[in-house]
Amino acid sequence: MKIKLILASLIALAVGAIFVSGQDVRGTIDKNQGKPRIAVIDFRGAGDAQKFMTAFNTTLWDELSNSGVLQMVGKSFYPLDIPQQPQDFKAPTLAPGRRGEPARTQKNGPWLTDWSGPPTNTTYLVFGYTAVQDGRLLLRGYLFNVTQPDVSNAQLIGKLYFGSLDDEGSKKVAREFAGDILQQFGQKSLAGSKIYFVSDRTGNKEIWSMDYDGSNQKQMTNYRSISKQPVVSADGRMFAFNTLVKDTWQIMVHSAETGKKLPFYNPVSSTIETPDFTPDEKHVLYSASLNGYVNICIADINGGNMTQLTHVKSQEVSPKVNPKTGRDVLFISGRSGVEQLWHMNIDGSDVERISNGEGYVANPAWNPNGQLIAFAWTRGFEPGAYNIFIMDMADKKPNQLTSNSGKNENPWWAPDGAHLVYQSTHGRSTQIYTMLADGTHSQQLTTHGNNTQPVWANAIN
Amino acid sequence: MRNLSRTLSAAVFAAVLISAAGCKKKVPIPSTPPPPAPAAAPTDNTPAAPLSVRINSFTGEPRSIERGQAATLRWSVGNSTDISIDQGLGAVAANGSRQVFPSQTTTYTLTAKGGGNPDTRSVTIEVSSSVPPPPARTTGEVIPSGEILGREAQDVYFDYDKNDIRADGRDTLTKDADVIKRILAADPTFTIVVEGHCDERGSEEYNLALGDRRALAVKEFLVQLGVPGDRLKTISFGKERPVCTDENEACYQRNRRGHLAPAQ
Repeated sequence: MKIKLILASLIALAVGAIFVSGQDVRGTIDKNQGKPRIAVIDFRGAGDAQKFMTAFNTTLWDELSNSGVLQMVGKSFYPLDIPQQPQDFKAPTLAPGRRGEPARTQKNGPWLTDWSGPPTNTTYLVFGYTAVQDGRLLLRGYLFNVTQPDVSNAQLIGKLYFGSLDDEGSKKVAREFAGDILQQFGQKSLAGSKIYFVSDRTGNKEIWSMDYDGSNQKQMTNYRSISKQPVVSADGRMFAFNTLVKDTWQIMVHSAETGKKLPFYNPVSSTIETPDFTPDEKHVLYSASLNGYVNICIADINGGNMTQLTHVKSQEVSPKVNPKTGRDVLFISGRSGVEQLWHMNIDGSDVERISNGEGYVANPAWNPNGQLIAFAWTRGFEPGAYNIFIMDMADKKPNQLTSNSGKNENPWWAPDGAHLVYQSTHGRSTQIYTMLADGTHSQQLTTHGNNTQPVWANAIN
Repeated sequence: MRNLSRTLSAAVFAAVLISAAGCKKKVPIPSTPPPPAPAAAPTDNTPAAPLSVRINSFTGEPRSIERGQAATLRWSVGNSTDISIDQGLGAVAANGSRQVFPSQTTTYTLTAKGGGNPDTRSVTIEVSSSVPPPPARTTGEVIPSGEILGREAQDVYFDYDKNDIRADGRDTLTKDADVIKRILAADPTFTIVVEGHCDERGSEEYNLALGDRRALAVKEFLVQLGVPGDRLKTISFGKERPVCTDENEACYQRNRRGHLAPAQ
């Protein structure tokens, strides 16, 4: 019970000012209570557009539902007379009562109260339609607040979207529309954001990217060695990773747009790993074996001016810079014994252990708000049996999100701060999933080969 | 033909004689011819052998060989035309040499005959019977150093999340150091990579760092034992290359290892 309470408040923190209605989730138990109710019609397509409406409707519904910030009203509660554009709404008129009876309402077509009243009882309505225009798929999408007294006040979104005339195009416009709707509820749109990850499906571990719903999976590197630990700069334009080059692990930086290698100087070291960009994209942090132990270093974006930040006889990996402050660094260190989560300033000062010493901690990741973190932890489990936890840096109380029998590792926050992507291992297969930051709505994105170490990258503006 | 006609004419003559005797009653039988004069017995003073047989030299080189090797007999004999060596070599010239391949210690005797008393001389070739065993491969073929390393160097094992060389690891590395030193001495361009490996528990990133530390610990130990450090590189594979994938301690232990491999 208490955990649910904390979780609810954490989600509220994670997504910021989600609740335009001003309702406050704290103090409630049912996480659905207080979420804005929203109805989403089944969109229909004119002519050839209808062929792609199944993909469209599924995508739109899932995007809104998986956001976790809305309460989806089941379609069985909807009125039968469905609007497709604002002019379909016809205000009822008042008919004079017969034989002394009181005047009664004359229905002239779909109206706002059909939706705001029982049994639908929704506050928001998503409707519209698609058609074919110049060989493209056109979407007219609307978001109405149906509790308003008239159509002109009800409209929050009325927008055109274009995509290719196929399932991919219909999914694309659905995601863009959903992104705009979620933005109305304070959520950062995920449209255009990419997930970078490691896949061994070609026989070698290479860096891949995909859309955040698992579509559009693309191979980004072709080193035919072992390439892993991808990370993407805040602007989405560069990605770094480490690769085995002639018996030495090195950091590589590539352009996300052209895929080409960018200059990066590696110091002489047998192992250089776990790169991370500072949010201003001016520096790279990484771990390198310099004096017999892998410690944390910082260098310019091209690898020059390297400085060693930590000097301990222990392994120190996975430096992660706070995206908001640019100066708080989380990292994993074995300096107190087994590997734990630590924090330091970006100049190496004020080193402090964050985790309590239990189990093994790995894969720290910052929420875009710079306040919440996620990590993998074996607390309460056998060594190696990781699960995903999140923690507010203010109170440092961990909350466990996954608890299944496999291993769950490498959590990474979505740009909306409300979702996580992570890897889950069952038997010998490791695949990538997304979920809401309360552990619900988990969705598998990959199936081919083993897919690991996902990072969720901002869309390139 | 001439002998035959002579025999025939003799037979005819004999027949005539017999018939004549038959006809002439008493013909005396001729007496048997006298035996030849006995041969004169040889004496030291025989003037017929004015120069005596003399063996100037008879040698065998080398005097001792291993079975299968050759020795050369050389000789020089004066005043003789009847010279021979035993052991199946037979008649030889007055001056000469001959290669022999005795399979055991053998005495060769040279005998020279001639006008006077025969002369003999002997030489013995010692043959070693305890021949050392042949090399593993036929001579001329070089075994790659990496193959020797792979066959003879042993993996060293670590405790969970540790990089200390254990007691059993010290024994293993002491033997490995001898193997490495032998290989490096024989193959001046050969370089070895010390690989650090981890079990599948722990994160990929942390294990890569731990494997780096394990490889360095192995290298440091080998250098202490006299292996030249500039011939040893290190690399961590973390948990990228397990030798087994079972989820039990026996398999985890096999994967927590330092491994020696040829550099690329």
